[in-house]
Amino acid sequence: MSVHALRKSASSSCSNILVVFVGIGLPIEASAPAYQSHGTEGSHLTNITNTKKAFPVLAVNYEHVRKPFEIALWILLALLMKLGFHLIPRLSAVVPESCLLIVVGLLVGGLIKVIGEEPPVLDSQLFFLCLLPPIILDAGYFLPIRPFTENVGTILVFAVIGTLWNAFFMGGLLYALCQIESVGLSGVDLLACLLFGSIVSAVDPVAVLAVFEEIHINELVHILVFGESLLNDAVTVVLYNLFEEFSKVGTVTVLDVFLGVVCFFVVSLGGVLVGAIYGFLAAFTSRFTSHTRVIEPLFVFLYSYMAYLSSEMFHLSGIMALIACGVVMRPYVEANISHKSYTTIKYFLKMWSSVSETLIFIFLGVSTVAGPHAWNWTFVITTVILCLVSRVLGVIGLTFIINKFRIVKLTKKDQFIVAYGGLRGAIAFSLGYLLSNSHQMRNLFLTAIITVIFFTVFVQGMTIRPLVELLAVKKKKESKPSINEEIHTEFLDHLLTGVEGVCGHYGHYHWKEKLNRFNKTYVKRWLIAGENFKEPELIAFYRKMELKQAIMMVESGQLPSVLPSTISMQNIQPRAIPRVSKKREEEIRRILRANLQNNKQKMRSRSYSRHTLFDADEEDNVSEVRLRKTKMEMERRMSHYLTVPANRESPRPGVRRVSFPTVHFEQPSPPSTPDAVSLEEEEEEEVPKRPSLKADIEGPRGNASDNHQGELDYQRLARCLSDPGPNKDKEDDDPFMSC
Amino acid sequence: MGSRASTLLREEEIEEIKKETGFSHSQITRLYSRFTSLDKGENGTLSREDFQRIPELAINPLGDRIINAFFPEGEDQVNFRGFMRTLAHFRPIEDNEKNKDPTASEPLNSRSNKLLFAFRLYDLDRDDKISRDELLQVLRMMVGVNISDEQLGSIADRTIQEADQNGDNSISFNEFIKKVCL
Repeated sequence: MSVHALRKSASSSCSNILVVFVGIGLPIEASAPAYQSHGTEGSHLTNITNTKKAFPVLAVNYEHVRKPFEIALWILLALLMKLGFHLIPRLSAVVPESCLLIVVGLLVGGLIKVIGEEPPVLDSQLFFLCLLPPIILDAGYFLPIRPFTENVGTILVFAVIGTLWNAFFMGGLLYALCQIESVGLSGVDLLACLLFGSIVSAVDPVAVLAVFEEIHINELVHILVFGESLLNDAVTVVLYNLFEEFSKVGTVTVLDVFLGVVCFFVVSLGGVLVGAIYGFLAAFTSRFTSHTRVIEPLFVFLYSYMAYLSSEMFHLSGIMALIACGVVMRPYVEANISHKSYTTIKYFLKMWSSVSETLIFIFLGVSTVAGPHAWNWTFVITTVILCLVSRVLGVIGLTFIINKFRIVKLTKKDQFIVAYGGLRGAIAFSLGYLLSNSHQMRNLFLTAIITVIFFTVFVQGMTIRPLVELLAVKKKKESKPSINEEIHTEFLDHLLTGVEGVCGHYGHYHWKEKLNRFNKTYVKRWLIAGENFKEPELIAFYRKMELKQAIMMVESGQLPSVLPSTISMQNIQPRAIPRVSKKREEEIRRILRANLQNNKQKMRSRSYSRHTLFDADEEDNVSEVRLRKTKMEMERRMSHYLTVPANRESPRPGVRRVSFPTVHFEQPSPPSTPDAVSLEEEEEEEVPKRPSLKADIEGPRGNASDNHQGELDYQRLARCLSDPGPNKDKEDDDPFMSC
Repeated sequence: MGSRASTLLREEEIEEIKKETGFSHSQITRLYSRFTSLDKGENGTLSREDFQRIPELAINPLGDRIINAFFPEGEDQVNFRGFMRTLAHFRPIEDNEKNKDPTASEPLNSRSNKLLFAFRLYDLDRDDKISRDELLQVLRMMVGVNISDEQLGSIADRTIQEADQNGDNSISFNEFIKKVCL
């Protein structure tokens, strides 16, 4: 949100993080001279009339650590609460987490008030600068691009026109309400009502994420509501600032309205532009990080945060900047960074956004107890009802228009969920809190906002899940990343682009194809390191899929893991197109394939879930039985090859029989790349004759050493997983297992 | 151009095409003008060369296959009816069409006809399954020349393995539908 608004805020709430870090310095300074003077005191015994105090062995200095201590304590409390909920089985199935957290906040706030202290209020600066960005970055970075771009028109219509409709409808009707004498609010003018309308009308991404994550609705509805909640930020910023300014001035001219419209475009497009610039910078930087893998995630986080702050600085839409940054940099960054960095980024984003969300809801609860309230039954109840009504009307009306342009129409059920899922949340509260005290209705507005938030989060949040079940709304398909789907999707894309070409129609596919080609020819070669930019997406997808499977198999123990700890990782080309010999690849793939049939597991790579991270280490999904079966199979195969008669095939001349010690795999001759080892050997043979790995199983056989070869390949694959880098000693001892 | 189009296409023809394909009047006339603009030889039919002149098809990896889809078995020329018949597959599905004429055959743009069209683009020899070779050909077209045959081969194998349920090492139409999973 606009820092312009922030600066205007007179809030002097205590938990201002930016001051904290400066503030820490001061107590340290203060205490140092104290010790020094104490020392001098002690040495000049004769001059001191004070009695010499004993040297304090143990002293309590709470002020010294007060701020960070309190912050850490709050976060810890929030996380323990979160932990607690999931331990109670029935509760988390019925009540969404956000509700529980608000209740906890209420309790804590009540507790603090009972003690007599002033409960901390959700400081807007803290909220907008620290708590909101991680959530938005998480959402933006993992935004499912395909459904988003396919529905972007619909999303924009809902976000812009829907929000405008909500704001004006509510503001107008509330003003009409206030005109009624009996309500007793005749002092409220139109602009104040419109301001209130604009604050309360925006669907909140935090609340939507929190609730929708748990109901696993189908992708279309999810992206519609979620996309809308993200993109309406620009509208909210403009409307809020506009009405703030106007309500000070008191009159509105046509010029002002026109400027407002221009401002909207500047804010939204400017935000996107700033985000895109930082995204490209991040992608460009990641091109050069092959030697400093450890700090790669930091680039992603910092560039995104800078994008947010920069756009806030110019009063542009920070949320849109953040989303644009995440979306732009993701494909390039992911092609450049190592697998571990990718995992780190994913985990950190999920972690931060989870913590932020928890803190936000708890603080909402606490602020409710703390904040000054002014209750007016009519106003508040009308607000709540109007929120619902305007949302429903808006969605129905807009869908009617939108469906004329959509190929896949929105059904009534979809519309219902979209309307019902329009939750309000902490952004509305923070904006309301930012209202300067000169607004005489500030407390009333705040109370109304909090009531609306509570209503939407509690009532709508809790009932949406049973309603989804009741209406049998389509749920999200559980789908593993399937190479079939990738191939067919790309195939259909090409087909439809071709048909559009035949018809002479410049449609969706035509422009997408143009963008792709532009991307491939110009952009990728600048932003992707090494030779990877030539790699077609299909191949990259396939490689990643195999990698994940291989990791999974090692971690569930299906492949005999002869994990070398002395692997010369510094020689590995990071994520280059594997120049592994084809035969080795064949072997590895054969093994993977054999296990694919046994382990059809759910790998939800398209999960935007906060709570469950899809990852290769979902080995708990691998059932014991399957594990044992595969182990048996492998052993069977091993024993089969062991008993192959010795006179089957004499080893061809030129085959280097390289034997390695049992556990540690050492290169026979340290080459520049470990790949070169096998390549040398392989080049000389046509029929796959492999050198044996284990000392106890000697002698290459024709088709023998299937699994041994698999080990060699596996190791190679495993090496590709971890971070290469000359400072290997800085990394984990066991890089393969810590993915 | 516009007047030329309407004189060459008679009303009865438009009606017939409308019934067969379901396009609206304006859509048919628009596509007819596109047809005539592609028809350089001005003989009322399109040849393969006419299609290949379209720039988007020239750079499209599947360009040749798409062009072939327009031409019925063994023929080298396609008239406007055939052109429209192929394009009719790409109309949006309308549910209320079924109610109009229950005795009529399935409309060209029904879901399964669309999928069949896509399937036939893979399955060149029309044996109702996508064999490994056919899949390899398509993959090669989409992926370009830089990828080795072995790598492509393993992708093809993996694809077939994922989709194949009856163990014949190829993808039948039903398995295809399940995997595309629209």
